Amino acid sequence: MRDLDFNDQPPRFKGKVITDQLAGSITRVEELAYIIRIEEVMTKKLITVPPDASMQLVAELMRVKHISGVLVTKDEALVGLVSTEDLIKCLINGELSAPVSQYMSTELVTLNSFDFLTEALKTFARTGLGRLPVLDEQKKLAGIITKGDVTYGFLKALEHDYHEEEVRRYRASHLFEDIESDRTSLILRYVIKHYDFMHGGAASSNIKKALLRLGANPQLARRVGIAVYEAEMNLIIHTDHGGSIHVEIEPHQISIYAWDDGPGIADTEEAMKPGYSTASEEIRELGFGAGMGLYNISRCVDEMKLESELGKGTQLTMKVFLKEDETVGEGYQSEKE
Amino acid sequence: MTLEQIIQSLELEVLTAPKEVSEITPTSGYISDMLSCVMTGAKNQSIWVTLQSHNNIVAVACLLDVAAIIITEGAKPDDETIQKAKDEGVVLLSTPHNSFYVVGKLWEMGIRD
Repeated sequence: MRDLDFNDQPPRFKGKVITDQLAGSITRVEELAYIIRIEEVMTKKLITVPPDASMQLVAELMRVKHISGVLVTKDEALVGLVSTEDLIKCLINGELSAPVSQYMSTELVTLNSFDFLTEALKTFARTGLGRLPVLDEQKKLAGIITKGDVTYGFLKALEHDYHEEEVRRYRASHLFEDIESDRTSLILRYVIKHYDFMHGGAASSNIKKALLRLGANPQLARRVGIAVYEAEMNLIIHTDHGGSIHVEIEPHQISIYAWDDGPGIADTEEAMKPGYSTASEEIRELGFGAGMGLYNISRCVDEMKLESELGKGTQLTMKVFLKEDETVGEGYQSEKE
Repeated sequence: MTLEQIIQSLELEVLTAPKEVSEITPTSGYISDMLSCVMTGAKNQSIWVTLQSHNNIVAVACLLDVAAIIITEGAKPDDETIQKAKDEGVVLLSTPHNSFYVVGKLWEMGIRD
């Protein structure tokens, strides 16, 4: 029997301070350990010998095939395993002509082919063994799994994940290139509810993320994010029933429309001045109503139009023109008017 | 000067640290409780000192990519705000001291932009 090591924690995390970054990678690997089945990563091409074969044959197989253990089967059932240790014992006794059944280990730890990798990991950690035979549902020998097989299985799965993310990013950043029309645009629509402070900033944050995914530079995404945030908070704070925000993304420009159905602004010129605010004391306590919203927008966008009619509503149009190196969706040349 | 050193020297309570604080180097600071002023004034990777603790500070910090928010005078954000900060990767710190004291300390530590 080998030394038993009762330690369920995979060795690579032992004694390490688990940082957020590491925690992220554990989570995905752990997740994979519950998704991938043992049969998907085990070695199915097996080298086996019958119990009446000679130890001489086992020694020869180990040498030629570069393996450290040979499985012993009888009528497809696993009956034992000859390890390097067993072979050494045999060599010490000088009994290479003895049958395998005399030197093989028979108390075997096995795994089920339909179990998940987490079972294999636990068993490796618990027993300290490096390779485990795998049985199928009929308890017949189906394969053998090593720690290396598990690692390879994880790496393959992670590589697949990584590749998928790459493809998604590539697709998003080449969105406009791949679609042919006289003028292609992507429109994002958001409904903003009156007094919904809980979701305040959700639309702007989503728009910023979308722009980054489309390949916009961070400075541009920030400018658009700030403009949309101010428009969004105006709809939350100052309207009767909230409103809508549409963001139209084109390779050469981003157009933002925010509108509502009331109450409307009496003097739009006055409203544009920094410091002008109609916010209540309650709103000011929350940190809003500095009178900087529309002014902030004017600093972030290239063009801005505020139209309003008392009792009817307000429409705010903002445009950001993209320079060639700021373009989103990699389609600047073909889409430019 | 890393965010970790600032946290230690000002004895700040870490409410959320979704990023590695030893790897963040704040380059500037900003103080205001008016969100639109923060929108105008706070730079990328700055430390924002405020006594506001409601959930909209997370949205602002996220849009501006600030390095961290220091919430002063012991104001505590609610659980939803803390969760939102974790989801959005915003570092939230808390202190019983007032904003004036905190900014003074940050100035002493060399954050003067």
